[in-house]
This record gives sequence, C-alpha cells and structure tokens, in this order.
Amino acid sequence: MAEQDIDAIIRVRDITVQFGSTRVLDGLDLDVKRGEILGFVGPSGAGKSVLTRTIIGLVPKVSGRIEVFGVDLDAANSAQRRGVERRWGVLFQQGALFSSLTVRQNIQFPAREYLRVSQRLLDEIVVAKLVMVGLKPEVADRYPSELSGGMIKRVALARALALDPELVFLDEPTSGLDPIGAGDFDELVRTLQRTLGLTVFMVTHDLDSLYTACDRIAVLGNGKIIAAGSIADMKASQHPWLQQYFNGKRARAVVA
Amino acid sequence: MSGDPTLERIAQGEGLALCAAGNWTARFAPALERIVSDAEKLRGSRSHIFIDVSQVASLDTFGAWLIERLRRSLSDASAEAEIAGLSANYSSLVDEVRRVGPAPKTASNQLLIVGMLEQIGRTVAGISGTIIGLVDMLGAVLAAAGKVLIHPRSFRLTSTVHHLEQVCLRAVPIVVLITFLIGCIISQQGIFHFRRFGADIFVVDMLGVLVLREIGVLLVAIMVAGRSGSAYTAELGSMKMREEIDALRTMGFDPIEVLILPRMLALVLALPILAFLGAMAALYGGGLVAWLYGGVDPEAFLLRLRDAISIDHFIVGMVKAPVMAAVIGIVACVEGLAVQGSAESLGQHTTASVVKGIFFVIVMDGVFAIFFASIGM
Repeated sequence: MAEQDIDAIIRVRDITVQFGSTRVLDGLDLDVKRGEILGFVGPSGAGKSVLTRTIIGLVPKVSGRIEVFGVDLDAANSAQRRGVERRWGVLFQQGALFSSLTVRQNIQFPAREYLRVSQRLLDEIVVAKLVMVGLKPEVADRYPSELSGGMIKRVALARALALDPELVFLDEPTSGLDPIGAGDFDELVRTLQRTLGLTVFMVTHDLDSLYTACDRIAVLGNGKIIAAGSIADMKASQHPWLQQYFNGKRARAVVA
Repeated sequence: MSGDPTLERIAQGEGLALCAAGNWTARFAPALERIVSDAEKLRGSRSHIFIDVSQVASLDTFGAWLIERLRRSLSDASAEAEIAGLSANYSSLVDEVRRVGPAPKTASNQLLIVGMLEQIGRTVAGISGTIIGLVDMLGAVLAAAGKVLIHPRSFRLTSTVHHLEQVCLRAVPIVVLITFLIGCIISQQGIFHFRRFGADIFVVDMLGVLVLREIGVLLVAIMVAGRSGSAYTAELGSMKMREEIDALRTMGFDPIEVLILPRMLALVLALPILAFLGAMAALYGGGLVAWLYGGVDPEAFLLRLRDAISIDHFIVGMVKAPVMAAVIGIVACVEGLAVQGSAESLGQHTTASVVKGIFFVIVMDGVFAIFFASIGM
C-alpha cells in the first residue's frame, strides 16, 4: 500500500501505538482522499478512536508518520501545526462541549479566538450554524447540561464546523440518536460535504450511515486496516468479521 | 494574496450589479465583514440591485451568510435584491443560510446598581436556604444512621474504613507537621515576651491551655475542612454531574446511606484522633523549643504542665472535635449534592464547601467557648 496518492488529505504511514505492552495499532497505513466521506469501522476496542486521536495528536505514537494537508505533523513547527488545526474540526464522542459556556459561546469560541470579526457577525454565524445542524436559534443561551444527548451532538458538530474546516473528524456522530435523527444527521453530513467541499473522517457503528453517507469504508482489525473500499467491496470480502458485519442479521435488515 | 475577496460595483442603466469575487471564506471574514457593511449603505440608492457571485472562487458559511445578509439589507427598500450566477454547488449552501432568521436577543443589560442590589438580595435570601439545607442534611444523615442501627447489616464497613484511611491515616503526617510547627512558634513567642517579666515558666501554662483547649482542635478542623471537606464535595459533585447518584437511586439505594453516612462517620471518627495527635505534636514542639530556646528542661516542663492544666482542658478540646467534624461533613455533602452540570459549578461549590466549613467551625468554637465558660469548665 505504498502508492502515493496526490489527493490524499490525510496520509498515515506505518503507525504504531502502544499502551503499556498492549499494541493497539501495528504498522497501520491509511489514506483519506480530498472530498470523500470515509466511514471507519471495526470491532469495539479495536482502536478506532485511538487512531482518530493519534491523527489529531492527542495520543502519542511509537513510530510512523502522519501527514495532514501535506504537512508532516511531527516535523511541523507550532505555526504550521496551528494552521492545520484551524483547517480541521473534531466532533468528540461525548460532544466535549465546554460545560461552563452557553451553546452560543461554545460555537463562537474558535471564531472569537481566530478571527477578528464583530460580535454581531459572530451572533449571526451562531444562528446560521444552529439552523444548519437542525436546531432552533433559541437553544443558543442554554448550557450544555440543559441539552438532550442528540442536541449535544448537534451543537458539538456546529462547534466543529465553526471555522468552516476542510476536514472534520466525527467520532460516532450518530450513536445515541434516534433513527430519524441519525438519518437527518447523515443527510446533514452529506449536505455539508457537498456544499462546503468537506472531507469527513467518520468513526461509526451505524450501518445506515455506512450505506447512505459514506463514499468509502475502511475496516480496522488487529491493529491494521484489513479492508478498504466501497460497500460492495466490503460485502464481497471473505474476511470473517466483515462477512458477519455486512451480511449479518442487522445488515440484512438495513438493506431490506 | 490573489484570493482576497472583493465586491465590485458596476452600474447597469438604472440598476447596479455587485460583483463578488475571490475567496468568501472564514479566513477572510474580517475583510468580508467590512466589504459587506460598506455595501449595505447602498440600500435604496438604486431601483434595482443584484449581487453577482459567479466570480467567487470559494464560498463557505461565513461568505454565504454575508452575501445573504447583504441581500436582505438591500431588499428591504422597494424591490427585492437578487443573487445571480450561483453555481449548483453553492446554491444549496445559500439556500441553507436563507433559512436563518434574525439572531435572538440576548438578555438585556440591567443597570449596574440594580444588578448589585439584586445580587445582595439574592445572597441574603439564600442564607436561610443554606441553613435549611444543612438542617435537612443533618436530619437525613441521622435518619440514615438510625436505619443502620436497626439493620446493622446494611452498614457499609468497607466504605467507612476506606474513607477513614483517606481522611485520617493519610492526613496524619501533614497534621502532625503543622501542629508541631505551630507549637514551636507559640512557645518561642511566649518565651520571648514573658522573659521581660521573668515569667518564662508561664509559657508552659499558656501552651498547655491554648493547645489542648483551642489551637489543637481548631487548627486541625480547619485543615480537615480544606483537605477532606473539599474532597467530599468534589467527589459527590462529579458523581452528581455524571448522574451516578441518580443511578444509585433508581437501583433502590439511598445515596445518603451509601455515600454520605460512611463519609460522615469516617470524618467524625477521624477528627478527634487527628486533634489528639495534633495536640500532642504541638505540646512536643512547644516543649522542645522551651528546652532549646528557653532553657526549660523537659522535667521542669512536665511538672509545670501537670500543675497548669487539668483534664478538663483536654476534655473540652476533645468534645469539640466530633461536632466540628459533623459540621464540616454536612457542609461538604450539601455542597456536593448542590453541584449542577458544569465544571464551573463544581469549582464554585468546592470553594463554598471549604469557606463555609471553616466559617461554621469557628462559629461552633465560639458557641462552645460561651457554653464551657458558663458551666465553669
């Protein structure tokens, strides 16, 4: 898997991550192409979140090389790194909203730090983002503890999109949402990807999301990518876990 | 940079075309905002204005919203302004921001003085709430203790022992060290000032009465309020935040019995022990300084100590300890359970726990002083 893909927005090469003596990622290679929605699946505990966190730089790696937007994150100086960080947005699994700030302040936070624009524009952008993620503008003055689980996800997505990033990491965006909400969320990600030209790296367990939202799927197992390709490729694969995952009872229910 | 956003004004007969070009993205938001604010002043100047976006290189929510805002402020007058030259890619984004209504009003700014008065009023009204909360918790803890007395098997021994280790055993080194140093300082100051009257030996009286009656227990109580009261509040508060306490309740457990009673009991047992150790350490420190600095040898110190103090002083000190522990524990638990969903609230209540704990400890000490004076102890 050494072919150089010019259009790769994330290029992960030979990544090894270890916690104590447990090797979680073992020589993993992965490319994410510009403008695609990559669904990232794998058994629970396989290290999907670990890979996401390693790419973002929250988990130290033992060896390997990570390039985002063509910048090698290990070699980058702090200005380059900040430049990269401004161009991505991250939706954490639990939302990770700042609990002592209101929804409005949460969404404005990155823009207030990075852009010198008027309070009026910031307030208007908050309303725009809330509408885009399907929330009413009235929630802007609530605190995260006053929101439901689904609303937290949406507000967190709005915050991840606050600076209109080119790349977003979504860690299980639809978990904890009702099926209709999850479907809306997938549709939303699709729309945003189309309109904003986003590249989306989505860790998910939701088969519906994989079918409806994702362009390409990568499967993690034993610390490596065991398969990558379209839904059809996945279903054709002979790997036992993939067989079970894509041709199991739940999968058939989704297709039917 | 070539991608800088622009908005060119081109007259077209009676009308006006505003030609947007360049990158209309978040990176250029400050420049974009300026351009759009300027263009908004054109409102009503021409009969027909339209915005041409065919030259825009890239567009995101910031750019789309600013174009939409411009369109709205230009259309109010007589005719509707239009957006032309929208590529298929961007039209869905513009449609998206078109759904955006005006920003809701934020809370109105009150007069500063009104706000201050309101704050004072709320605080005063809150005092009665605080007292009721404390009494309520005291009652709940006593009720839980009564239940445990009737059904001793529901008593959580492991938890109590665990908390006893946390608040007592692990606190011993720091408590002993600090009380030892305070004993040294009292003794040194006493000797230094009493020497002028040739009354060096009375430092033993002062040390004995002060340490056994007041300083020992008060100092230790304050340290425990800072050390363990804050820990209780933070533990209970974060459990409250993560709905762990609600989970306990739904499983049919009483959080008072499971969480608070073991903590209270551990504290009530720990404080007398710590106060005793603290008093001994302070006497030892005082004696050491009296010997090395004041030339009072240990034998004379002990003889004088036996004459100067009675068992009453010791009892007075020890009786206060468990009561102060109960006050600290109840304040800490009330504050812990009052934590709301945010990290800020946890911090506020932990601070309040320590401040109120120390305040009530000192108030209790005053009440005890009056009480013991009137019964002649």
